Amino acid sequence: MIYPLAGLLRRELALAYRQKAELVQPLIFFVLVISLFPLGVGPGPQMLQKIGPGVIWVAVLLSSLLGMERLFRDDFSDGWLEQMMLSGLPLPLVVLVKVIAHWLTCVLPLLLVSPLLALFLNLSPAMYQALVLGLLLGTPLLSLVGATGVALTLGLQRGGVLLSLLLLPLFVPLLIFATSAVDAAAMQLPYNGQLAIIGALLLLALALSPLATAHALKISQN
Amino acid sequence: MWKWLHPYAKTERAYALCGSLLPWCWGGALLCLAVGLAWGLAFAPADYQQGDSFRIIYLHVPSAILSMGAYSGMAIAAFIGLVWQIRSADMAVSAIAPVGAVVTFVALFTGAAWGKPMWGTWWVWDARLTSELILLFLYLGVIALYQSFEDKQQGAKAAGILALVGVVNLPIIHYSVEWWNTLHQGATITKFGKPSIAPDMLWPLLISIAGLGLLVAALSLYRLQSEMIRREMHRPWVQAMFKAQEGNHHAF
Repeated sequence: MIYPLAGLLRRELALAYRQKAELVQPLIFFVLVISLFPLGVGPGPQMLQKIGPGVIWVAVLLSSLLGMERLFRDDFSDGWLEQMMLSGLPLPLVVLVKVIAHWLTCVLPLLLVSPLLALFLNLSPAMYQALVLGLLLGTPLLSLVGATGVALTLGLQRGGVLLSLLLLPLFVPLLIFATSAVDAAAMQLPYNGQLAIIGALLLLALALSPLATAHALKISQN
Repeated sequence: MWKWLHPYAKTERAYALCGSLLPWCWGGALLCLAVGLAWGLAFAPADYQQGDSFRIIYLHVPSAILSMGAYSGMAIAAFIGLVWQIRSADMAVSAIAPVGAVVTFVALFTGAAWGKPMWGTWWVWDARLTSELILLFLYLGVIALYQSFEDKQQGAKAAGILALVGVVNLPIIHYSVEWWNTLHQGATITKFGKPSIAPDMLWPLLISIAGLGLLVAALSLYRLQSEMIRREMHRPWVQAMFKAQEGNHHAF
């Protein structure tokens, strides 16, 4: 069981590595959106520090939506997904591996550029620490829930806008807890509680989302 | 459960069940809404603080309760469709969603109209208002997903899964919003939280809630019936039914 799944992970990483442009575009979008905010609301450091956590998280949500479709679309259209369903591998585990690969290739780069954004938005070191911890716990949750949304819209011609309509309301709790963790850090308060809740949400999604995604994939294959 | 559900896997049986429930729902809804709203809007005593403007409670509270009630109904239908693969339950998801969305919109609208004289503003980012707004977004997502599928059977199944995902998320969203609100702004608004409501005001409220509940049920059943006919237009039972109706017309 482990061997084919590890092979699957290698395949996903190799595919992603060969389509570098698609990986870089959401990243550039992310940096662009964030650098628009100081231009829009004015460069005052106090103001930027106040809106910073929210701006970064909203940008994370939007740019993760951009790359989300890559998760299943190509595999669906070239029939690979159908072969996977016939292969006898448990589909939820296949989904989980694909989500992990997607997180490693599409979301981890966002984390790597985050120090730059902390500079842009004048975040203090404590706030930055809370931001990175929140991103580490929260972004896998984004990928897991997003996978379900992508699987549901797979059979459609133009799923892009619809996907964001379905997913954004579901991301509200994550946005609230993640930004409130950074706000708490800004006020020198402990933010373990918020991180613990995000962790709990992550575990819940880890348990349920692969099952829901696998079922949705079966529906989209009819 | 299966034994009880099994006959309704046949769409025509479910259609007949809807048909026999519908007159009761319509009748009860008309009666309860007429009594509840007339009593509440015209005869119940005015509130000692809010005067007559509190009377919008007779529209606002029932629609707010029903917005969540309709969502639970939709999720239960989706669950039945998912577990027992009953097609009429999948159809029920798409039948309930627009009704629930309208009720949610009514709750938001009447809430805004009530908030203007009482709080002095149409909208505040209060916990309950925000979670109601997100509930509306969830409804719209279910409707949009169902509408985008050419193959309605596939669309109904997908919408069912989304409804279930939403129902897992609803309590999380509700509590997160509540906590967010208390973290950020504290008690800027004292809500309309009375310890108890006078019986003269309570009875019409309960009757209106029952009335609106029956109205939502009636509309959903009606939509479900039309959905079944549209989806199974070429099946023999639909054609036999219409033939029988045409026969009646000719007899007249």
